[in-house]
Amino acid sequence: MSMLQISIYRYNPETDSVPYMQEFELDTQGRDIMVLNALEMIKQQDSSMAYRRSCREGVCGSDGMNMNGKNGLACVTPLSEVIKDNKLVLRPLPGLPVIRDLVVDMGMFYKQYESIQPYLQNDTAAPATERLQSPEEREKLDGLYECILCACCSTACPSFWWNPDKFVGPAGLLQAYRFLADSRDTATSERLARLEDPFSLFRCRGIMNCVAVCPKGLNPTRAIGKIREMLLSNAT
Amino acid sequence: MVTNITNLGRSGLSDWLIQRVSAIILAVYAVFMVLYLLFHPGLDYATWSGLFSQTWMRIFSLLAFISIAAHAWVGLWTVSTDYLKQAGARFAFQAVVMLAIFVFLVWGVQVLWGA
Repeated sequence: MSMLQISIYRYNPETDSVPYMQEFELDTQGRDIMVLNALEMIKQQDSSMAYRRSCREGVCGSDGMNMNGKNGLACVTPLSEVIKDNKLVLRPLPGLPVIRDLVVDMGMFYKQYESIQPYLQNDTAAPATERLQSPEEREKLDGLYECILCACCSTACPSFWWNPDKFVGPAGLLQAYRFLADSRDTATSERLARLEDPFSLFRCRGIMNCVAVCPKGLNPTRAIGKIREMLLSNAT
Repeated sequence: MVTNITNLGRSGLSDWLIQRVSAIILAVYAVFMVLYLLFHPGLDYATWSGLFSQTWMRIFSLLAFISIAAHAWVGLWTVSTDYLKQAGARFAFQAVVMLAIFVFLVWGVQVLWGA
């Protein structure tokens, strides 16, 4: 069994003037481990290597990165799924400023998430117990609430690369629809009004990169289409 | 909410709808033209001129011209806001595109009704 060739994007702003790719060799002893496990073995070789991680089971969304050209979570991506010709290239999520190595500044991503006001808004008097939903109403939130905000989708989206300050991006728009579709939320028209401009929602060109990379199998493009339908039926 | 004053309809929703509707009109016009040319293999000037002397064909053509003008404006405005990051260069590009679209549209009207 030959050694696995791993090429990793390295950048330390305190010592490097430009980023560079560093080559590593790894003996996986024939086991099909996750990319995160491979990264941890590399960290044994070079402890200066920086990446984010926490739960290591696809729940926290910390270790989103670009593996052989495709965004995903390193902790739930087996090597067999990504390596080509015994080679693996790891880069930070595209389009966001790099803080160091595989660690990116998620500030713009969170700012867009904040812009859609991701919390339930209801102007009616609070009931004595919780606000109830029928099973059918609850079902409308399936495929929306599961998002873990790993940013794999938004950083795979060219519209988000070119206008991260103006286009909300697939992750934010999926959550926008999550609250538009919620029977307990009463701020629907205000939410729609904030998305009607040429950038926030409509910069989506429907190329579905977001759908292709989502590690949770969610479909932001469909949610964006649903918001368009809501805007259209409100305005015609 | 992001404000913008150089896009066609001032709202993303109206630009999006204009883009979709104009695309359908252009598709119908293109299919009609291809079929017309297929069914008139030895096309001469008199037949071609006769087609465009009819009022319905002029209305249909003008509708297609206005559609392509709107479609081009929405599309190229989008391209300019994606790729031209320097505001001056972006506005200059938009002004040139807008002028070209206007010239082509007036010229198209002249071709349809001038002959």
